[in-house]
Amino acid sequence: MGIESHLGIVTTKLDFLVNWSRKNSLWPMTFGLACCALEMMVAASARHDLARFGAEVFRGSPRQSDLLIVPGTLTKKMLPYVLRLYNQMPEPKWVIAYGACACTGGIFNTYNVVQGVDKYIPVDVYVAGCPPKPEALVQAIVMLRKKIEKETLKDRV
Amino acid sequence: MMREKIKEIIIERFKDQVSFDDNAKDMLTLELKNKDMLIKFMEFIKENEELAFNLISDITAIDYQYRNPRFVMVYHIFSIKNSERIRIKLPVGEGESVQSVTSIWKGAEWLEREVYDMFGISFEGHPDLRRILMNEDFKYHPLRKDFPLQGIEES
Amino acid sequence: MSEKKLMTLSMGPQHPATHGVLRVILELDGEVIEKAIPVIGHLHRGVEKLGEDRTYIQNIVFSDRLDYTSAMNNNLAYALACEKLFGIEVPERAKVIRVIMAELSRIAAHLIWLATHALDIGAMSLYFYCFREREKILDMWEMVSGQRLTPSYIRIGGLLNDVTDDFVSALKKFVDEFDFHIDEYHTVLTKNPIWIGRTKGVGYISAEDAINWGLTGPVLRGSGVKFDFRKATPYSGYENYEFDIPVGSKGDNYDRYLVRMEELRQSNRILKQAINMLPKGPIKAEVPFIVFPDKEKVLNNIESLIMQFKLASGGFTVPKGEVYASVENAKGEFGYYIVSDGTSKPYRMRIKSSCFINLSALPFIIKGAMIADIVAVIGSIDIVLGEIDR
Repeated sequence: MGIESHLGIVTTKLDFLVNWSRKNSLWPMTFGLACCALEMMVAASARHDLARFGAEVFRGSPRQSDLLIVPGTLTKKMLPYVLRLYNQMPEPKWVIAYGACACTGGIFNTYNVVQGVDKYIPVDVYVAGCPPKPEALVQAIVMLRKKIEKETLKDRV
Repeated sequence: MMREKIKEIIIERFKDQVSFDDNAKDMLTLELKNKDMLIKFMEFIKENEELAFNLISDITAIDYQYRNPRFVMVYHIFSIKNSERIRIKLPVGEGESVQSVTSIWKGAEWLEREVYDMFGISFEGHPDLRRILMNEDFKYHPLRKDFPLQGIEES
Repeated sequence: MSEKKLMTLSMGPQHPATHGVLRVILELDGEVIEKAIPVIGHLHRGVEKLGEDRTYIQNIVFSDRLDYTSAMNNNLAYALACEKLFGIEVPERAKVIRVIMAELSRIAAHLIWLATHALDIGAMSLYFYCFREREKILDMWEMVSGQRLTPSYIRIGGLLNDVTDDFVSALKKFVDEFDFHIDEYHTVLTKNPIWIGRTKGVGYISAEDAINWGLTGPVLRGSGVKFDFRKATPYSGYENYEFDIPVGSKGDNYDRYLVRMEELRQSNRILKQAINMLPKGPIKAEVPFIVFPDKEKVLNNIESLIMQFKLASGGFTVPKGEVYASVENAKGEFGYYIVSDGTSKPYRMRIKSSCFINLSALPFIIKGAMIADIVAVIGSIDIVLGEIDR
């Protein structure tokens, strides 16, 4: 029961409208850790234009963004800052782990490297590569949009 | 040859307090016998007009785990005037400290901090000796041979 | 009398203008900076300790990821160090192609510097121009090695594989058009009063202080010291090329900007000479037990197959000794110090990075300046955190 009792058709249309507006205005945060940050910057420039998907501005403040792209190696010294930034982002928020180091630690299996950012924060899309081509980031955003389309209002209250 | 001339000038001043390694092919390599002569030696090679080793290139250390003394400090210094390099080695035992060369080359400040962080060798007279790459409260020294590559699980 | 109270401001690791994960703790008296303490180590991946656990061939991939804006120069430093240690002589064609790749890396790194430095100060249009040129260089790298950012193309004993004719024609087209683009960048910035107001007189360091702090690269040349490792200790055939070393006079941000812009032009000049000089011949030294054999031999010949298998799996044993080799990177002197104990893995692999020492002079340079200048000075020193933290 709940909100869907007699108003089934209204809530599905509402879901559709809310998801359409969320997926077309994903604003990432400027967050570059290592080499993959350069490919992320290339994806935002003129050749593979991320702005056509609605990622018009890269916001500096986490309070005004809803997408966290993690490019590069996450180290144990940087971990508290990433967690604090993730907690400061308001709901709804999504995370893309871009590059092998963010997915699983990459080629660095050492004392200071976290073996995958998903050990601490939930990840929506994983992009493999070292570094992945900017086209892969564009495909990741397209996959994320398809994932957002299928969400319902009950998932993110 | 410039290298021979540099070797002669150093031998004339320091005689048997240094020993040259003739196997090193890429630059003049010598080892100091005594820790206390480090500052005098470094000041000499910087201030002497013919040697003029004025650009500090690198300061690092090597851990020979089963030898005594355990560590060897390695200084690489470059001379802009002669385009020559020199490598100076200094054996240091575990728990001993070395005089800091920051009074001679200011660029040595962060390099010595990194040696302290990675190996645990402390430097007397350093203006700000604390860890630089690892966290301030990290208990171990990562580049020692007995520290495992994947780190030590701290709860 | 009340004593002066300073405000502490943390310019955190996540910041649009710190070029990576650099944290600077500022102590401010109003708008004037009394103290700036850089805190690094947020990207410390333990490459030096990893180097002791991997064979000499496996260590090449780590060298790309250090200064990731100009990857081939780092490969070159590692290859030079290993070749000096093993006593390998590289063929002529490989030397010329190495110079081509090193100069392309220098241009690529300076383009990133220009794009981000101008973006920090407010000139955003240059960002798109510079990345447009950089895309051409990355496409060329993809043609020869399959990878855009971290090619690992320069190997011990030579190169990964030969350059194709497509590469040479793309390179000729790039070199012909690049001088015009440099003039384009000059028209945007060099006589712009806002640019001059924000960079002239800011971030001053004198020549003796620069030498005392151990600075290398354009930071040293901007202060008036005419010194370049490619001329002083030439490697890979640099003594055969004609190029000038640009030198500044005042040691401030504006002079460092002019030095790097002129270096772009000189790199283009070296590329033109290298294309004309490209000789025919092999690209790998014929040294069994150390250098991989050619792929055609591996697929047809059983001895080459066994050799390839042995080299890739266990590595090779090398003479004992130690060696130091360095190159003139886009940022300064980048070097490797390798100590070998006779096994197939290095005993100690030390990476000398110029940005580490250049950044240590930041508190000295910025003392007494206004808070808006710190972004300009960090951009002008040109740091890459991958190289600093290793």
